[in-house]
Amino acid sequence: MSSSLRPETLGTAGATDAAAPRGLGLSLLWSELRVLFGRRRTWALLLALAAIPVLIAVAVRLSSAVPAGRGPAFLDRISQNGLFVAFTAMLVSVPLFLPLTVGVVAGDTIAGEANLGTLRYLLVAPAGRVRLLLVKYAGALAFCLAAPLTVGLAGAAIGAALFPVGPVTLLSGDVIEPPQAALRILLIAAYLAVSLAGLSAVGLFLSTLTVVPVGAMAATVVVSVVSQVLDQLPQLEWLHPWLFSHYWLGFGDLLRQPLLWDSFTGNALLQAGYVAVFGALAYGRFVTKDILS
Amino acid sequence: MTAAAGGPGSRTYGLTIETKGLTKRFGHQVAVNALDLAVPQGAVFGFLGPNGSGKTTTIRMLLGLAAASAGTIELLGMEMPSQFREVLPRVGALVEGPAFYPFLSGSANLHRLDAATRHAAPGTRKARVDHALERVGLSHAAGKRVHAYSLGMKQRLGIANALLSPRELLVLDEPTNGLDPQGTREVRNLVRSLAADGTTVFVSSHLLAEVEQICTHAAVMSAGRLVAQGPLPDLRRSGSARIRVVTPDAGPATSALARLGLAPEPAPAQPDGQVVTAALAGLGADMGRPAPEDIVAHLVAGGVRVRGFAVERESLEDRFVALTGEGFDVVQ
Repeated sequence: MSSSLRPETLGTAGATDAAAPRGLGLSLLWSELRVLFGRRRTWALLLALAAIPVLIAVAVRLSSAVPAGRGPAFLDRISQNGLFVAFTAMLVSVPLFLPLTVGVVAGDTIAGEANLGTLRYLLVAPAGRVRLLLVKYAGALAFCLAAPLTVGLAGAAIGAALFPVGPVTLLSGDVIEPPQAALRILLIAAYLAVSLAGLSAVGLFLSTLTVVPVGAMAATVVVSVVSQVLDQLPQLEWLHPWLFSHYWLGFGDLLRQPLLWDSFTGNALLQAGYVAVFGALAYGRFVTKDILS
Repeated sequence: MTAAAGGPGSRTYGLTIETKGLTKRFGHQVAVNALDLAVPQGAVFGFLGPNGSGKTTTIRMLLGLAAASAGTIELLGMEMPSQFREVLPRVGALVEGPAFYPFLSGSANLHRLDAATRHAAPGTRKARVDHALERVGLSHAAGKRVHAYSLGMKQRLGIANALLSPRELLVLDEPTNGLDPQGTREVRNLVRSLAADGTTVFVSSHLLAEVEQICTHAAVMSAGRLVAQGPLPDLRRSGSARIRVVTPDAGPATSALARLGLAPEPAPAQPDGQVVTAALAGLGADMGRPAPEDIVAHLVAGGVRVRGFAVERESLEDRFVALTGEGFDVVQ
């Protein structure tokens, strides 16, 4: 049957050659990003993250001068330079808020689709299991970048609004101009995004194990907490360099002049290892899984 | 989209769905047991069975969602699940009810699912989505979030998803679930028009009247096994039929029927005479049995005054119950 002969299927005439896949099939990636960043939950997560620098800035603005050396690093410098709101907020959000939001997104990747039942329709479309897994992980990575970026940009914005902005003194003692400081904020956001890649891979794997997204989300967050607790125990010092959270706060090198990339590459290598291991586990689990939801 | 067109990846095939020894075990439980399905090309194939008889598990295996414990599957002449990339773009499916992102609109949901396959042309996506929505009568609700859809609307959207691209095979699992009588009618008409275009339709259902109305073939499952399969008229025929004679001469009628090798039994009398019935298994199919017209001739020749004569066939429902068990005592 030729569909072009039937007027009622004119709309479908362009898709007749079902055997030929087109291009790289990036449609699914775009669709994933649109669904992820279009849904209200993602916006709520990003808004909650943006609230952290706002709270810090407002608290500092309303209080009298913060004594030097108390509270989180950089806190005492905010009243002189608003850009420090961004640095402070990014530092503060590393242990809990960023892993929490990333856990929600990464834990939801496969389990969320399974829970809605859309997983079976994506696979029947067919999306291809490996391709779907890659796209889902890419979506989680995009959120890993968006989350610290939101904290940094919201921090810079609220800092600039409430406090004077001027040259920033780095940890090395060098002074850089505000545009350069903004670049450093972006660099730290990139560092944190890389830092969260390993946790995302863990979340992706956990997400292939269940059809209850909340379970995978909670498990991912617990894993990040456990990793940080282990990192605090001196008895386990041999283990510390292998914990994915070990370098999470190691972005101080990005606040020196000249820039030191050692911690960035070390962190990236460690995260790549986690991505490889948990990516392989997720692949092994998902490719053979019976989709019964 | 035709299999016979000879384009790359397409080929001719005899059976649209063919399984051999298809088995699925969950632990010790055998959900599907050595299933040999044969769905001819162009058929509207009713897949019947009580709840829990393994219909949906079978469909999941056909579509590559679940792996078979044993046996082989061929769809459109190609092996599943290994060749899913060639097969599935040509198959539309509604599996165990519709499922959508509640926070997206109906049309956004279809866009999303259409984007999932590399085989669907992005350029025609909008036109195809609009067309599919129109075919199921959802154009007016295209921009509404699925969250606000009724069950029937979701069901229609699920069918629209199956129709996004031209398909050679449609697998519809309980397509009229949740639909009102008008919606049911529309689905029936849709299935008929798709079948008229040459699409093979595989409908699972427990609504027998529905299957009886639209299907050309059927298979009946019970407790994971296939208990009957074939063209619908054959299925009905293989069930027993009875003749029913209304006559004032019950005695001569009984002896006349007995002479033909039948086993007549008296039935409650009617106002216009006594009633004698007899089982007539395999009506017309096997040569050993007398044809109805010969029975009447025989009765009349024997001096029986025949006031009424009927051949009562089992309905598909009777046949279904005979195959799968009565009431809640279905075989588990």
